[in-house]
Amino acid sequence: MRFHFTEDQLLLRDTVHGFLEAEYTPERIRAFWETETGRSPEFWSSLAEVGMPGLLVPQEYDGMGMDERDLVLLLEETGRVGLAGPVISTAAVGVPLLCGLGSKELGERWLRGVAAGEVVLAVGHAVSPWVSDAHVADLLLLPHEDEIHAVSRKDASLTHQPSNDPSERIFSVEWKPVAETLAARGEEAKELQAAALDRGALGCAAQQLGVAERLVAMTVEYACQRKQFGRPIGSFQAIKHMLANVQVRLEYARPVVYRAAHSVARNSEHRAVDVSMAKSAASETAQTAAKVALQVHGALGYTWEQDLHIWMRRAWSLEAAWGSGAWHRARVADAILDSDAAAGTFGYSAPS
Amino acid sequence: MDLTFTPEEEAFRKEARSWLDANVPRQPLPSLDTAEGFERHREWEHELNAAGWAMVPWPVEFGGRGANLIEWLIFEEEYYRAGAPGRVNQNGIFLLGPTIMEYGTAEQKARYLPKMASSEEVWGQGWSEPNAGSDMAAIQATAERQGEHYVVNGQKTWVSRGSYADWLFGLFRTDPESERHRGLSFVLVPLDAEGVTVRPIPQLDGEAGFAEVFLDDVRVPVENLLGEENKGWSVAMATAGFERGLMLRSPARFQNTARKLVALYKEAVGRGESVDPGLREAVTRAWMDAEAYTLNTYQTVSRLLEGGKIGAEASLNKIFWSELDVKMHETALALLGARGQLLPEAPAAEGVGGWLDGYLFALSGPIYAGTNEIQRNVIAERILGLPRS
Repeated sequence: MRFHFTEDQLLLRDTVHGFLEAEYTPERIRAFWETETGRSPEFWSSLAEVGMPGLLVPQEYDGMGMDERDLVLLLEETGRVGLAGPVISTAAVGVPLLCGLGSKELGERWLRGVAAGEVVLAVGHAVSPWVSDAHVADLLLLPHEDEIHAVSRKDASLTHQPSNDPSERIFSVEWKPVAETLAARGEEAKELQAAALDRGALGCAAQQLGVAERLVAMTVEYACQRKQFGRPIGSFQAIKHMLANVQVRLEYARPVVYRAAHSVARNSEHRAVDVSMAKSAASETAQTAAKVALQVHGALGYTWEQDLHIWMRRAWSLEAAWGSGAWHRARVADAILDSDAAAGTFGYSAPS
Repeated sequence: MDLTFTPEEEAFRKEARSWLDANVPRQPLPSLDTAEGFERHREWEHELNAAGWAMVPWPVEFGGRGANLIEWLIFEEEYYRAGAPGRVNQNGIFLLGPTIMEYGTAEQKARYLPKMASSEEVWGQGWSEPNAGSDMAAIQATAERQGEHYVVNGQKTWVSRGSYADWLFGLFRTDPESERHRGLSFVLVPLDAEGVTVRPIPQLDGEAGFAEVFLDDVRVPVENLLGEENKGWSVAMATAGFERGLMLRSPARFQNTARKLVALYKEAVGRGESVDPGLREAVTRAWMDAEAYTLNTYQTVSRLLEGGKIGAEASLNKIFWSELDVKMHETALALLGARGQLLPEAPAAEGVGGWLDGYLFALSGPIYAGTNEIQRNVIAERILGLPRS
């Protein structure tokens, strides 16, 4: 039993952190908002240089062959800079789903491209009516009844659904399931769908940690600078206690998310419940951080010009993606309250 | 990151479980805040110690088991699982013990630790005074050096376990010219010394869990000074860190309560009652928070095993567990309805009595060991870096 990251994992995290802080600035985010796709193939391929999209791609396809325990810290960093775009759908969900389909042909065709930063994947799931980043995806992995289909973008018709968050690009997708697109069916497809949901929710939870951390950091900075009554507002207990409360939540959401990463990597029997706890905790933490951050920033935070709302909107879009916090809490409730079997707790084993 | 237990850890768990299953008293002991209960709990400590289970994380040379912190967590899980008695000498073994190991001389370690391990000497903690509560640096009790003795005067209050304890540890002003946190010393005072008057204070539950201690020209040998003279504040901060941190609140305690909440919920649904959906959510949240607390503790312990230290994060911990404890009891009371008020001995309690008593105890959590308001200030200033008030 050791609950910590390795030196290598932390080093990779630091590398990605440095890259993102330099490359994915609020100015850049605002510039993306003004473009038609909101995405940049150049940025995507530069992300591949620090290894992100191909982290879970097996080494035989030129990927890094790592697992969710390595990925979770990197996703947290993407949340910290407010990165939207197909990083969850490609790196966290699409790659393992493609691998799980077990088709050598699909692997050869797409996974090398993902590792090289040339291919974007979009993934649909019954939990959400829309597909994120379908407009820039080369391949869409979509559910249809008890089947999964691998659909090329040109065979799908997309309708943009403008979101409150200009960073988020979501689409209704219409397409025709045909024999050529069928990639999995029956139990196999169901299991792959379930795993995709858990991976997507884990990805959101990890990003939400980063979002919350950034919101706290920028709010602390502001509260140290902004003076009223002749002193920094951060010296007032009313402000201190709001921020301290967010920090408490954050401290107790983080290990839950990391444990979920472990459960997904190991495909543990409690995977679904562990992921749902993570999504619920991280989502609430990020949303609370957003509210507190706005309150502390006051009227200034209420302006379009202040960058604060970039992260506030991320907190809300991530809450909505891959099952809301409430959806995931209900899943935990069902598991612990409606089942005859005693639910597992970490470490502690049930009285017999 | 490997969140599975090793075969050695599993073997340790098995060993702890089988000893506890065979030895934990079948009937709960009387409350440790009564004269009889205190002695019964002391006897239980003797028994634990004789079998080598009293001081699981302590080094072997001081009478401990020399287990690592992961094993200590496992032991605590099994301890709660077995429904074993509360630890009457908690102030000693979890707070003063580690402080003596860090700051004590070889003579002090030899003098105090074995008798602490056997609970031959049970300790009370003497921080608060009538005018020094949250503002602990306002301490007024004095210890004046006279040759080879300190002459101690003043009043300590809310001394946990003070009513029946044998010794008291606390802070006293040794430099009369000093102010605030300078000029204080950490001194160990025997409660049977001449000039000591202990006045038990009945708590909300009617029992004397804490006491006032009046010190009137009490002569204490200088060997009872822990750490350097006038540098007691930093010693006390180390002790307070142990208290707020993992040494006091084992995660198993909350997981155990979460399990009870699940059982109460299922029972209410099983009776065919209409159960407020809010309670379904409250039970779920309690469960998730107990898991979060456990995971955080394992993460902290892993960090400590790598050579890390507990600093101001102890304040995050204290807020989380104390508020969780309150919420859990509120949820239980809501599920129990009228039965919530029953004491365990009430004929109608049927094994679910005592929750309101537990709630009262839980309500002390946000107050003791530094109020949660003080902890929020610590988090804001020392973790987040906000300016001092």
